[in-house]
Amino acid sequence: MNDLTLIRKNLFRKKLRAILLTLSILIAFFIFTIIGSFNRVLNAGVELAAADRLITMNNSGFTQSLPYAYWGRIQAIEGVRNVSHMSWFGGYYQQPTQVVQTFAVDPETYLAAYPEFLMPDDQRAAFLTQRDCLLVGETLALQYGWSVGDRVPLLSNIWQKTDGSSSWEFDICAIYTASVPEMSTAAAYLNYDYYNEALAFNQDRVGMMVVNTDDPMANDAIANQIDAMFANSTAQTDTATEAAFTQAFINQIGNIGLILVYIIGAAFGIILLIVGTSLVVAISERTREIAVMKTLGFPAPRIFRMVLIESVMLSLVGGLAGVGLATLVLKGLAPVLAAFMPGLVVTPGIFGMALAMMIGFGLITGIGPAMNAHRVRIVDALGKQ
Amino acid sequence: MTSLYTLTDLSKGYTRGKESITIFEELTMTIPEGDFMAIMGPSGSGKTTLLNLLGGIDRPTSGSVECQGVRVDKLSEGKLAKWRSQNVGFIFQFYNLMPTLTAAQNVELPLLLTGLSGKQRKERVATALDIVGLADRKGHRPRQLSGGQQQRVAIARAIVADPKVLLCDEPTGDLDRKSADEILETLQLLNTDLGKTIVMVTHDPSAAKYARRELHLDKGRFVEQVQEPAQ
Ligand SMILES: Nc1ncnc2c1ncn2[C@@H]1O[C@H](COP(=O)(O)OP(=O)(O)OP(=O)(O)O)[C@@H](O)[C@H]1O
Ligand SMILES: [Mg+2]
Repeated sequence: MNDLTLIRKNLFRKKLRAILLTLSILIAFFIFTIIGSFNRVLNAGVELAAADRLITMNNSGFTQSLPYAYWGRIQAIEGVRNVSHMSWFGGYYQQPTQVVQTFAVDPETYLAAYPEFLMPDDQRAAFLTQRDCLLVGETLALQYGWSVGDRVPLLSNIWQKTDGSSSWEFDICAIYTASVPEMSTAAAYLNYDYYNEALAFNQDRVGMMVVNTDDPMANDAIANQIDAMFANSTAQTDTATEAAFTQAFINQIGNIGLILVYIIGAAFGIILLIVGTSLVVAISERTREIAVMKTLGFPAPRIFRMVLIESVMLSLVGGLAGVGLATLVLKGLAPVLAAFMPGLVVTPGIFGMALAMMIGFGLITGIGPAMNAHRVRIVDALGKQ
Repeated sequence: MTSLYTLTDLSKGYTRGKESITIFEELTMTIPEGDFMAIMGPSGSGKTTLLNLLGGIDRPTSGSVECQGVRVDKLSEGKLAKWRSQNVGFIFQFYNLMPTLTAAQNVELPLLLTGLSGKQRKERVATALDIVGLADRKGHRPRQLSGGQQQRVAIARAIVADPKVLLCDEPTGDLDRKSADEILETLQLLNTDLGKTIVMVTHDPSAAKYARRELHLDKGRFVEQVQEPAQ
């Protein structure tokens, strides 16, 4: 037997109370882990944004297109390493509900702009050369059971071909995975030239440009230079770093991060009160036992420490169970949500934060009862028979 | 006989607001080593208070409590706790065992304050439980034991760290005659065979007969009555 044996026995002496308290803490940390993981994925785009990537779009908004000719003009700017472009295709497979996020891109510059795309060399070569190739993400391929060599028709709810049809035939010649788990692999990419030549209208326009700079330090200067270059054109541009672009995009959904902080804060506030008051009661019920321990010669600081360890232990038991449960739930959800929320896992960062919060939670709820235990006066407590 | 305790001009009182009560004033006495003393007296006469002062869990208003050269009334809280763990064993009327611990664990509790190894502690616990005749109940919790058995566990806990003095506050107050006699015989044995000095508060004249001498505390005064220990 040692102090920990005593602490453990005290912690679980009232089964029902211990279970209820553990459950409340479990809930708080379950919510924290789930929401924290979602929030991380939601914001991952900002962290994933490469420092050397700029996005140029029409300054009337990202639904407006840019002239194809801008591509060549941006390439000529000093300090620009690579320029690519992408256009929203708005595709679906078989029926409009089966949306496929599809972009028309210039294959060579696009893969140069986004080294995060991984695929076997032969498939990469096929995407670069084969005009009717469709590059498909792993998650998307899995969703429809596609594999390399399949021929699939995609319909566009925006574009029509010169022959009046809106069905486009593609050959799936490559399937990509991502070098980072938080990057979506639910999209498809097609060859811009193949698409542009068949378009019945709006030819020679692109959705946005992706610009890689030689040196991130020059980003601002180059962005200004690009926007200045087209300041007097019909289509004016707005250039920003990828990080700023992604952040602006996330902000359009509303400040989710802040709402989540409120939810977590409210959950923790309530449960902190519940656990805190329960522990005050639990320790005051043991006043007599504490007095006896002191009589035997246990110093007050040691008793203070034991109560504090008890509350931290409670917090760890409930908290770890909550994180464990959240991990299981996220494991189950991850494949289902792969298309919208890629890389949904409990990261060491989130686990570490949860662990720190458990210890903090235990200390906060335990400090009051521990101080009460420290203060117990032997003669007063033993006098009350 | 050398004296274990020397009390000099010991006073204890309480002040509540303007009112002040004196429980006893300028008590002076010695308790020799190896003594078995019964303290009797009416309720409220200060018996428990005196025991608390001897045990260093309360402080006098004035005067001194000296135990083998140590001024108990002068020790800091931390030093006092350590002194108690090494010198005093307490036995209460209502046993005061830890309900979550087994008999053996209850007895082991004071040993957590020593540097003894787990094995040494186990041996000491076994010996202590053996002395009180409860070796076969070491895995039982207080709830599973009778009052007399619980009090014997409490005695084992009080002696396990081998203190010089046992302070007992109405140790048989909650027990029937038979259990009470068993407890008193055990205390007597601890006094005669192991040389423990015992100070026992009791209301029961027949319990007091087990002691070497009786002290009557009344209105802050002691009246001594020496006697032959009952056999
Ligand atoms: N904290 C306190 N504040 C004020 N008075 C107190 C306090 N503690 C004890 N007393 C008083 O001191 C007196 C002696 O109390 P004590 O408990 O020592 O009596 P006792 O002889 O042990 O009585 P009993 O036989 O009933 O156990 C009592 O009158 C009691 O009311
Ligand atoms: Mg009393």
